[in-house]
Amino acid sequence: MARPLPFKIAAVSTVLFVVCTNFVFCNNGRRVGDVMETEFSGFSVPLEHSFEVADVAKFRVRGALMLKAGREPSVSLTQSQLSEEDRAKLKEVAAVDGLYRIRVPRVFLQADRQTERQMEGYLTAFVRACAMVESHLSDVISLHTDVSGYVIGVSIVTLPGACRGTEVEDEVDLEVFNTTLSLMAPVNAPGPETALFVEQMEIETEKKGKNPQEQKSFFAKYWYLILGGAIFLMVSNSAQPPAGGGREQS
Amino acid sequence: MAKLIWFGLKCILLCSTVGAVFEDQVGKFDWRQQYIGKVRFSHFDAHVQSSKKVLLATENNVFASINTKTGELFWRHVDMTGPEGNIDALLHHGQDAVLVVGDGRQLRSWDINIGGLNWEIVLDSGSFQAACLVGYQDTVKHVAVLKKTVISLHYLSNGHQKWIENLPESETVDFQAVYSGGNGEVYVLGVVPHSHITIVAYSLEDGEIIKQISVEAPWLSNIQASCVVIGRGMLTCVDSAAVSLYTLDLHVQSQMTQISLQSLELEATPGFQPVLVSTQPNPALPPLSEFFLQLGPEHHLLLQLNSGQIVTLRDFKPAMLVAFASPGEKTVAAVMSPKNKTACSLNLFSAESGRRLLDTTLIFNLDPYGGKPEKLHVQAFLKKDDAVGYRVMVQSEDHTLTFIQQPGRVMWTREEALSDVVTMEMVDLPLTGTQAELEGEFGKKADGLLSMLLKRLSSQLILLQASIAHLWKLFYDARKPRSLVKNDVTIENLSRDEFNLQKMMVMVTASGKLFGIDSKTGTILWRHYLDNIPSHAAFKLMVQRTTAHFPHPPQCTLLIKDKDTGLATLHVFNPIFGKKSQVTPPALLQPMLQSLMLPVMDQDYAKVLLLVDDQYKVSAFPSTKNVLQQLQEMASSIFFYIVDSDQGKLSGYRLQTDLSTELIWEIVMPTEVQRIVSVKGKRPNEHVHSQGRVMGDRSVLYKYLNPNLLAVVTESTDLHPERSFIGILLIDGVTGRIIHEAVQRKTKGPVHIVHSENWVVYEYWSTKSRRNEFSVIELYEGMELYNSTVFSSLDRPHAPQVLQQSYIFPSSISTMEATLTEKGITSRHLLIGLPSGGILSLPKMFLDPRRPEIMTEQSREENLIPYAPELLIRSEWFINYNQTVSRVRGIYTAPSGLESTCLVVAYGLDIYQTRVYPSKQFDVLKDDYDYMLISSVLFALFFATMISKRLAEVKLLNRAWR
Repeated sequence: MARPLPFKIAAVSTVLFVVCTNFVFCNNGRRVGDVMETEFSGFSVPLEHSFEVADVAKFRVRGALMLKAGREPSVSLTQSQLSEEDRAKLKEVAAVDGLYRIRVPRVFLQADRQTERQMEGYLTAFVRACAMVESHLSDVISLHTDVSGYVIGVSIVTLPGACRGTEVEDEVDLEVFNTTLSLMAPVNAPGPETALFVEQMEIETEKKGKNPQEQKSFFAKYWYLILGGAIFLMVSNSAQPPAGGGREQS
Repeated sequence: MAKLIWFGLKCILLCSTVGAVFEDQVGKFDWRQQYIGKVRFSHFDAHVQSSKKVLLATENNVFASINTKTGELFWRHVDMTGPEGNIDALLHHGQDAVLVVGDGRQLRSWDINIGGLNWEIVLDSGSFQAACLVGYQDTVKHVAVLKKTVISLHYLSNGHQKWIENLPESETVDFQAVYSGGNGEVYVLGVVPHSHITIVAYSLEDGEIIKQISVEAPWLSNIQASCVVIGRGMLTCVDSAAVSLYTLDLHVQSQMTQISLQSLELEATPGFQPVLVSTQPNPALPPLSEFFLQLGPEHHLLLQLNSGQIVTLRDFKPAMLVAFASPGEKTVAAVMSPKNKTACSLNLFSAESGRRLLDTTLIFNLDPYGGKPEKLHVQAFLKKDDAVGYRVMVQSEDHTLTFIQQPGRVMWTREEALSDVVTMEMVDLPLTGTQAELEGEFGKKADGLLSMLLKRLSSQLILLQASIAHLWKLFYDARKPRSLVKNDVTIENLSRDEFNLQKMMVMVTASGKLFGIDSKTGTILWRHYLDNIPSHAAFKLMVQRTTAHFPHPPQCTLLIKDKDTGLATLHVFNPIFGKKSQVTPPALLQPMLQSLMLPVMDQDYAKVLLLVDDQYKVSAFPSTKNVLQQLQEMASSIFFYIVDSDQGKLSGYRLQTDLSTELIWEIVMPTEVQRIVSVKGKRPNEHVHSQGRVMGDRSVLYKYLNPNLLAVVTESTDLHPERSFIGILLIDGVTGRIIHEAVQRKTKGPVHIVHSENWVVYEYWSTKSRRNEFSVIELYEGMELYNSTVFSSLDRPHAPQVLQQSYIFPSSISTMEATLTEKGITSRHLLIGLPSGGILSLPKMFLDPRRPEIMTEQSREENLIPYAPELLIRSEWFINYNQTVSRVRGIYTAPSGLESTCLVVAYGLDIYQTRVYPSKQFDVLKDDYDYMLISSVLFALFFATMISKRLAEVKLLNRAWR
């Protein structure tokens, strides 16, 4: 019963995807859906979104992510405006508290060859559609990479993030995306900070070293203890009859 | 050094939260139970007549001696875990016990009286096959160890090697057994499967091969499974395919003689592999010519080999278990046969004749909540009148050891299943009858004024009755001497104490046996064996209904999942009495992916358990109409996540109204770089009292308290010390947003992690510095809260501030957990189980990323400890003083009714229960609190005020008159 359904959805969405890619054009005039080699050794992948009243994801292209590989990877985004139809739909979805989802294909930033860059599967994230509407399409998208340059996750939040139920009257507010995009690499977690601690200790000892009281020699400091010990030893030696020694000799 | 001491002193001054135990408090609030595990080998010490020792070697690599009178440990040696410490063989002779350990790597001899090591030698490598004691002319002086390619002979007295010889043709022949009959020769038996047997006889003196023979045996594949040596060197094998016995005289080269079972008028149970059992009471003498043949699960025969002929001495049917024992010169056989459904009877038979010995019947009552008997260990002895007496240790499927003496008195039982606790929960005890009655009165619906009045009157009457009974008991007890007053905990008189310090520990063990243990005394109050547990099972124990909903009984659910197939079953039971619940759990036909407990309750106050199968369909338990309706209403706010570590995938789902699910987020970590090793959420019953931290300048730094936060630990697949790393990801479980992502380079696992409040603490091995390190991550919202009334993962656009600091820890650790208290006011400690057996209570204060490197006025104001790279282990931090807990695998913490007190259970090979007071007992009066003084002062003050008032009045009056 449940099995054949996703297949149908997949088929429908791929059909739609193909249809849409034919209509959407990017600023540079190229087709967005394709991965392409650009002049600055970067490449681009589609950023797709989906908002449906009947919570079944149908992803369409929202824009193109231009990824620049290399030592310092960077990312930029070109995206088109929302159409009249989409705006109405987004408001409709927001009214029923639906989800606004985005997805990007899995990519590997450090690969040299084109074929290695894109991998099977997608990374998806979502935000409530009402938050998208109420923030006037101001969203913050971040792509997270792992140590070796694979993009492992995408996240989206809107600013402001709350759904207060305020009506967005002006259609113009929902036309242009106001997106802040970032590429986040993992931070290096700090190890135990020994160097500074040792330095501090050295400063402390130096301070002590300057103090003349501390510069006394071992004997100068503990002469009374040593003297006391010596006297005690002498006394105990002379007082004790050599019982143990006697047995040893015999 | 002086600096360090000074620093240590300062630390103590700064945080005087040290909670050591006074000498008179030892054992007052804590207890420990020591276990050994499932028994593999056992030997009763028959060396001294009145010996009360049994030597046990177990599958948990433990070698122990147990007092047969009480069941307590005399001594115990815990070896390494895993194959290195595996006990391959236990041989016992006189005062010595010889152990082969670690697949034949070590040979050890122990003195059984004191448990001291006599000697230990390291053997050459090679996989272990068999070992036996070798005797000659009535004395046993050697031990032979057979390995895959060599045989070596060692002196029993010092372990020195007498000789070592390579086995001939060891590349083709699989040598499996070694035998010595006391005639100065050592026989090694090998087999080429489905071809022939090879027998090599070595001289005891110099290891010279005396002879080597091959005998055709195309039906034989394994000597150890189907052959024994009987009588004067007669190798006897059983072949289930041809339904016959084969005999071969080792001393004379000949053919194998086939004796079909039919000619003996015997019949084997179809599909059962017959088993032979022989006995060799003295290694210096050949084995007895009597032996057991098991033909079916409940069919045994005592046979005798008499000059080449096999004679049936006695047919035991039904007989589940048999065992030989040799008190003195005689040998007897103990046979266990079923008596009725609830009991078995044991009898002794003379091995020579098969006659039943008089007055040797012993009744063994089967535990209805236990497993079936699996093995018999018989201790037989000669009484004064030369009659044979015996005691039996019965080992059951659930690893229980029961020691019985005639006529059926159970001397002790040891629940060895508790050596392998997998998971546990602590459940509040129910209220007493009277308390429950009162509660019930408020709980029920009002149905008229008069009935309410009657109800109230009746409950008051019951209360009065109870208090009189209590007073009477007090009076009665007071007359008796102190020692006679027993406070035995039984299941009947269980009730919650004032501060809820006594709880029921529900423990789930790997063998599938469940236990209910009283946390105050450690008494096992109930046990329940589940006999259909798959061998690779994962357990998850959940409390669906607590004891707070009288008259509904408390309810626990155990999810048992077969790791191989993914199929799961549910066991629903009452955690106080251990009884299986009347509620029938749903049958789960699909493999399970995830289970989650919702805070939603049905009309009977049972929390709803959601189960997600591999079709991403959700089923609810209980699934009443009420529950389904509630689920439909709040479906859009129920989110869950699934981790697939094989594909490195974390995915989030949302529930839909028709109980299907939709995928809403997905994170994929390439498995060629790193793999997910653990995912830790927060504990649902955790409370955080303060929302923020007050800074030195009196401003507040607010904590980022996201209840949906997950800490994901990954380990790199590249294990090179320069390139290996561990990764820590903090992910919001609802939105899939990666809150923080960090890598700790040049480190490797195993990683131990604790995730609580707004912090994550983890421990790892640094490959660069070769040491254990701790790291702490704390999350803060900043100086102002985004939304102070409620936390929603869907509406937190700003990422939190992340602070992190690391420290050196001087020891490796076994497990880690944080303390938990009722309201979260008490400061937190980390409880760290060390491999040495100590449990360390480390104040969280020391793991604080805000510890300043350079002290300023403000940080001093905040009471921060200056940063030091090393965390010291202070001996007063050990909460289990000298009560070592071997092989700690888990620590469980539970809040008590007192805010200051947290209950702790550490489990592993041993179980240890105690209480900790992370901020000292601020809400409890001390034991030696002087009530007399304070009350007399109060009274004195009271009278003083009265008198002075009177005096003042008089004075005023006088002044007025003047």
